[in-house]
Amino acid sequence: MPLTREEVVRLADIYHIQLSEEEVAKMQHDMENILEQFESLSQLNTDGVEPTSHAVPMATVMRKDEPVPSYPHDAVMGNAPDTEGEFFQVRTVLED
Amino acid sequence: MEHYNITIHEARALLESRQISATELTESVLGRIDSVEPQVQAYVTLTEDVAREAAAAADKDLSAGTTTPLIGVPMQIKDVMSTKGIRTTCSSRMLENFVPLYDATVVERLYAQGPVLMGKGNMDEFAMGSSTENSAFHPTHNPWGLDRVPGGSSGGSAAAVAAGECLFALGSDTGGSIRQPAALCGVTGLKPTYGLVSRFGLVAFASSLDQIGPLTKDVEDSALVLNAIAGYDPRDSTSIPGERPDYTKALTGDIKGLRLGIPKEYFGDGLDPAVDAALRQGIKTLEDAGAFVEECSLPLTSYALAVYYIIAPSECSTNLSRFDGVKYGFSAGDAATAWETQERTRALGFGPEVKRRIMLGTYALSAGYYDAYYLKALKVRTLIKQEFEEAFQRFDALITPTTPTTAFRIGEKTNDPVSMYRSDVLTIPVNIAGIPCVSIPCGFSEGLPIGMQVMGKALSEETILNIAYTYQQATDWHTKRPTLG
Repeated sequence: MPLTREEVVRLADIYHIQLSEEEVAKMQHDMENILEQFESLSQLNTDGVEPTSHAVPMATVMRKDEPVPSYPHDAVMGNAPDTEGEFFQVRTVLED
Repeated sequence: MEHYNITIHEARALLESRQISATELTESVLGRIDSVEPQVQAYVTLTEDVAREAAAAADKDLSAGTTTPLIGVPMQIKDVMSTKGIRTTCSSRMLENFVPLYDATVVERLYAQGPVLMGKGNMDEFAMGSSTENSAFHPTHNPWGLDRVPGGSSGGSAAAVAAGECLFALGSDTGGSIRQPAALCGVTGLKPTYGLVSRFGLVAFASSLDQIGPLTKDVEDSALVLNAIAGYDPRDSTSIPGERPDYTKALTGDIKGLRLGIPKEYFGDGLDPAVDAALRQGIKTLEDAGAFVEECSLPLTSYALAVYYIIAPSECSTNLSRFDGVKYGFSAGDAATAWETQERTRALGFGPEVKRRIMLGTYALSAGYYDAYYLKALKVRTLIKQEFEEAFQRFDALITPTTPTTAFRIGEKTNDPVSMYRSDVLTIPVNIAGIPCVSIPCGFSEGLPIGMQVMGKALSEETILNIAYTYQQATDWHTKRPTLG
């Protein structure tokens, strides 16, 4: 299964992950090898077969909408890399 | 026998009759950790202070005549399950300093029975791997051969149980991550039915496949730990409602008349002749115990690997998108924009295997490929599940090898992802179908353990555990301990 370098770069872009030149080359090679293993599936006829997303069939679970205490705000924020006051701090989202 | 080498049920008898104290048992295991951990490296974090405190509390309860099934028993928790106030890293740089605000449901349920937490188990990063070499911190070594991998991803858990660095451990199994290391380290590993045990507080890898289970020295211990962790949890929407039985009651040692299928596809190319021979002998033992044995065929077995390596990366790419460098975990704070922060956080925070799976998942879910890969895999999943259901109309359980070979050498497969993935070929179908399966030791080859799987239909834990228990009544492979230190 041929996979171009551009395609690897595009996928990294979709996921918002930076890959070095070296990583892109290795990824292209590894992914090609792995995708080749998937080819066998196309031999199987799955016409009319329903997809299974969870092995144990379950209906949507409902519960009463009852308020319960949340975790303390400052404890939750304690795991954040960067905060200001009560808020998460992030870098510029919209550029000029 | 040294106290660190005993089972939970043996410890319980000694503790309740006050022949040893919980503190003595804990100190025995801490001493063992001191002497073998530098070689085995089964832990990411050790919690000696927590352990000593819990042991003292257990002794107080025992003196007052109060007891619980796991009281005073030293345990390890794989570092993918949240422990309140104790860092939970998933063996990743991304969560190196992450300290959860709450305990996973399984941890809460265990604590209610009084065990002693020795620390958090090393693993492949975010549970992605088959050798524990993908830990961002250090690899774990197999106690039966230090140049060998312990398997993965729960390699730290299996190695710790085998080496006497805890009496039992909790692992997680997405494609074999409890059973494969259990087999390679010569311990008993159970993957319960999907939904039997709550996943709340388990850091998600592939949500439709992940399941938590025990790694123990024998099947009786496995049932004891399963009793503690199984149960409905409203905080996990995939948790199966209803009561759970007492699994220890199912261990009768009587399997007369049970029908066991031997699927021939699990005994095909690539199976080490020594593994094959050990399995044949193991099956004979079960036959001698009164079970009916018959060969059968599961022709779709060979497709399970491809199905898994589409579904698991797809789900992982979705689950791991929460790591954005903003809310918790590592952040590459030196970037100019929010987007760049996210891209660099992932570049520096994730290791090579995690990146590979994220990219594969993104590919399989992306426009133009979704139908050919992801949807196709979900449909084949239906077919594999049906194939198992049909088999379980004829058989009470299926017996197979756990792994094609014994433990491979550290470094042997790290540069060849496809070859590494293939080491899960015999464990993956069970996760695809959501059924329970236990791996037990059934022999050795050149000093390295061999594992046998007992698979059953959904919610048949009592049956498969009893089969495994009956096997252990007739054999002593599970009593062997590695020479270390």
